[in-house]
Amino acid sequence: MFVLSGYEYLLGFTLVCSLVPILALTAAKLLRPSRRGPERRTTYESGMEPIGGAWIQFNIRYYMFALIFVIFDVETVFLYPWAVAFNQLGLLAFLEALVFIGILVIGLVYAWRKGALEWS
Amino acid sequence: MDQGIDLQQTFIQSLMDLGLPAGAAKTVWMPLPMLLMIIGATVGVLVSVWLERKISAAVQQRVGPEFIGPLGVLAPVADGLKLIFKEDTVPAKADPLLFTLGPVIVVIPVFLSYLIVPFGQNLIVTNVGMGVFVWIALSSVVPIGLLMSGYASNNKYALLGGLRAAAQSISYEIPLALAVMAIVLMSNSLSTIDIVNQQSGYGILGWNIWRQPIGFVIFWIAALAECERIPFDLPEAEEELVAGYQTEYSGMKFALFYLGSYVNLVLSALMVAVLYLGGWELPIPTALIANWLGVGETNAWLEIVGASLGITMTLLKAYFLVFTAILLRWTVPRVRIDQLLDLGWKFLLPISLVNLLVTAALKIAFPGAFGG
Repeated sequence: MFVLSGYEYLLGFTLVCSLVPILALTAAKLLRPSRRGPERRTTYESGMEPIGGAWIQFNIRYYMFALIFVIFDVETVFLYPWAVAFNQLGLLAFLEALVFIGILVIGLVYAWRKGALEWS
Repeated sequence: MDQGIDLQQTFIQSLMDLGLPAGAAKTVWMPLPMLLMIIGATVGVLVSVWLERKISAAVQQRVGPEFIGPLGVLAPVADGLKLIFKEDTVPAKADPLLFTLGPVIVVIPVFLSYLIVPFGQNLIVTNVGMGVFVWIALSSVVPIGLLMSGYASNNKYALLGGLRAAAQSISYEIPLALAVMAIVLMSNSLSTIDIVNQQSGYGILGWNIWRQPIGFVIFWIAALAECERIPFDLPEAEEELVAGYQTEYSGMKFALFYLGSYVNLVLSALMVAVLYLGGWELPIPTALIANWLGVGETNAWLEIVGASLGITMTLLKAYFLVFTAILLRWTVPRVRIDQLLDLGWKFLLPISLVNLLVTAALKIAFPGAFGG
């Protein structure tokens, strides 16, 4: 069987799904009232005059989590073919995956001990 | 294995009998299941919004919506209509393009994921080889939209909400993918059809929930976190962040976020039903019922009844899970951000890795029971 058979539906469905927000926003654009004024376009800050903008430099604490996420996400991508083909690969593949996951777990333990998984 | 009803083959064949070439017949067929799936998904959202309001009311000993339609079933439709007629405010300081693009990017992938949700042996938009992996890939597009709208709003609450949404969804993405991988390991295929077929034959005893109890719990927790349901609704925690990334949104753009979150909830429930609860399979083996009723041969009526039963079973299982998610919302408090990250990284991630390796070991030891 051709590897990509059935994927023309993925393309078609992408187009059909894109119609949902396009139609919804166009319908709303035709139907809704539009009254513009400077007051109603101010940034919401619980009723106070907004102080400064939000596009500033500040400490994003999820940075380390994002780095660890990349490592483990690549790991899952590598493991998916292993999981699908596991039936044909047998015991050796299991041991290899054990070593592979073992190395990553050592990395996770290291990050954990170093405090990369702490929210502080 | 009963092949069941195959609408695509029948439809294309009948068009070709009318004299259309095969390619044209297929092109005529293609949009039909897609449109049906999108309309079905939207109706599913309306039903779950109504359920959410009715069940929350019941939990709090209120009546809930009751005036619009019988038992208030049309209340969600009225909500939607109201939002269409609402004015669209874009903050003066916001980035207008990204502000509009955010909700669009959120809503497209969740609808697109319905591509691989099966309701029967052939009742699926397309049975692609990538199957469940398409869903995992698409679900990681959503946080980009959330982050985009949080940043584009140029509002402090929105920015914090968007960042939280991204952090939360990357923290629960990996346990989710690893839980799915244990299922893939047992069925040797990513295709959702193969995953359900692997669970068939023994009725309720053959379902994956008995072989993957830990995986089931991990998956459902991670799925709730991906949907930003209480106890994991930190990105829009109204006591701290007003409405998170949705703060500046109004009208139809807000409606798209709302739609997206409910489509995602129903979709996650459907995926649990497919991966762990036997999909369209009945709790009693079909062969047993056929023997008991004394119907061996397949005829058209039997196939229609079987297909309808399959769709009903899938929806029943999914809506039972939606029901538990709604009850959970009124039962548990919201977690703190450090608790959320701890649960994801220090608990679910190691457990899901162990679950994967244990499944692989069990598959080697007992190939019969674990889909060898």
